[in-house]
Amino acid sequence: METLNNLFLIIADAIRSLFADPHSVWANLTMDVINFIIVVVIVVLAALILILLERKIAGWTSQRPGPNRLGPRGWFQTIADALKLMGKEDVTPAGADKFIFKIAPMIIFCLPMMTLAVIPYGRKMAPINLDLGIFYFVAISSISTLAFVMAGWGSNNKYSLLGGMRAVAQMVSYEIPLLFSMLGVVMITQSFNLGVIVEAQASVPFIILQPLAFVIFIIAGLAELNRAPFDLVEADQEVVAGPFTEYTGLRWGLFFLGEYGNMTALSALAATVFLGGWQGPAILPGYVWFFMKVGVIIFFMMWVRWTFPRIRIDHLMHLAWKVLLPLSILNILLTGLGIYIYRFVMGG
Amino acid sequence: MSIKETEELILNMGPQHPSMHGLFRMVVHLEGETITKIEPKLGYLHRGMEKLAESRTYAQFIPYTDRLDYLASPHNNWAYVQTVEKLMGVEIPERAEYLRVIFGELARIASHQVMIASTALDMAGWSAWSYAFRDRERICDMYEMTAGSRLTVNIMRIGGMSAEPPEEFWPALKSFLDDTPEMLEEYYGIFFGNEIALGRLKNVGILSKEMAENLSITGPVLRASGVDYDVRKAEPYSIYDRFDFKVPVRTGCDSYDRTIIRMDEIVESIKIIKQAVRDIPEGPVMAKVPKVIKPPAGEVYHRVENPKGELGFYIVSDGTTKPSRVRIRPATFINLQMLPIVALGWKIQDVVAIFATLDAVLGEVDK
Repeated sequence: METLNNLFLIIADAIRSLFADPHSVWANLTMDVINFIIVVVIVVLAALILILLERKIAGWTSQRPGPNRLGPRGWFQTIADALKLMGKEDVTPAGADKFIFKIAPMIIFCLPMMTLAVIPYGRKMAPINLDLGIFYFVAISSISTLAFVMAGWGSNNKYSLLGGMRAVAQMVSYEIPLLFSMLGVVMITQSFNLGVIVEAQASVPFIILQPLAFVIFIIAGLAELNRAPFDLVEADQEVVAGPFTEYTGLRWGLFFLGEYGNMTALSALAATVFLGGWQGPAILPGYVWFFMKVGVIIFFMMWVRWTFPRIRIDHLMHLAWKVLLPLSILNILLTGLGIYIYRFVMGG
Repeated sequence: MSIKETEELILNMGPQHPSMHGLFRMVVHLEGETITKIEPKLGYLHRGMEKLAESRTYAQFIPYTDRLDYLASPHNNWAYVQTVEKLMGVEIPERAEYLRVIFGELARIASHQVMIASTALDMAGWSAWSYAFRDRERICDMYEMTAGSRLTVNIMRIGGMSAEPPEEFWPALKSFLDDTPEMLEEYYGIFFGNEIALGRLKNVGILSKEMAENLSITGPVLRASGVDYDVRKAEPYSIYDRFDFKVPVRTGCDSYDRTIIRMDEIVESIKIIKQAVRDIPEGPVMAKVPKVIKPPAGEVYHRVENPKGELGFYIVSDGTTKPSRVRIRPATFINLQMLPIVALGWKIQDVVAIFATLDAVLGEVDK
């Protein structure tokens, strides 16, 4: 069991031992490249699996089979769809701002790779062990707002522009409660480092200590990801496909990959900060526990998407500024009081 | 740096737009997300039904009426054939009358289910949409058993019905009627009880009683604004005076009541069908009408309560085999008038919802 738990660390050590000095610059560089490739593989694999999973869950909630033609029970459908997307004509609208139009999908595709790099997948298994992990994660993921605005503006389409406007309003508003909800955890652990936060949850996950923060995090996270019921940015009944309206082929596919990658990244953050990351009973290796927790959160998000209607834009703003923000500040206050009382009782 | 003046955003929604039912187009003037003006543009599905009727015989025009409000085609057949029967003075057999009521009310349920589904879908309630369509499928099956087709059923003839329903129709009908209350529960559970949906529908798009009357709105939209008017009660046609049913009236005047009143009507339709199934006599389903239909010269107007409102046919006959003039009074075309007035000041999202609660079928609007 111990071997299985440390499987990836053993492999990493083996690769390092190929070098004369296991901690030379070249060895570190090689490990960085390998880590990067692993993160890319995680993003692409996650997108491939999640797209199909979403369609299966959609079928399940609405009482129909979902994709069931290609491969065993339709599991090859996404691959076929991806191949089809690659064969599509790449259209750039005549009036588009070509540079911005083309760079937007690339930006959104890069973000999940950058954010997933600081997540600890198991004991000592963070590709980059960053002391400002949470801070870095939120900073990077807020760039996605920019990508949406670029796509919306660059397309030179009114629907895209409306979608881009909605993206700014929504994502900027929800970032604040999202970050504030994690501050309670940071106050308890006194660290921004995700590895330290997971270590601190050895006995009890923070969802028990911070239930309100977890609820705020999930709601704000859904809004941050533009998932239903907060999918106003790409609301097809109102703004057709929002910023993606003019995109075709692989560019559109990149948006799709980026979205599912972002969803994986945010679920990974939720699992790390609130559900105890790779901590779990020793019957399974840590990384298996981690991915199971991520899977549960992703399933919840998909379930919500296919059952909830879309919220209206003024209700959305109302929820962010008048409900979630005061609640998250209250949570910080309560956490501070709790820590103070704890120290007083323990005689600290 | 000087601040430039802001401009109105003019957005063209439709005719190809995900939330436009059929080929409706509206030009929306926006201040941010708020509507300042709506210009509906109609006619993308205009096929010239009224003119087509003039070059067809009376019987040949029945399939065309299927294509008016294609979600409730038996009702359109019914309105048209009754108008011609009124002109000719034909008495139709009892059993045919009862069958017409059964199919008419089934069509009402099917049409309302589509309305519930599309209202939910316009607010991204994907599962609610497929629930309602799943249940409507059973009505389509019953159409198919009797008439052979599922959407444009063409089930009525001048003088009666096209066919007697087969043996398996009656058990299917009974099980459908028994399951319906549970279905309605499900629609509430998955969508219309949801807090977000209530926020989207309640107190949105107020159509006051006076405005509804002045715009000559009919059907569930009118009754949701507190006016108790239903052609089935106000001017009973066919055999509606024999049934015991209520006309649901709601006073909310908002999108929510316009949606929920459809569910109330489904409950009433179930009552009517149950009574019709209980009382239906044996006998022929077709009266003795001449092979070549030649109504006497004259003119006639007849109206029925379509699921969407009052559907009227005005026919002028010159004594030949073809009508000299047919005029259709479509319900949703007239109901659609309220959209530019009621939707002012609401957000784009609300306009989509308000339009959905009108339940416009463009086949009928554009004729």
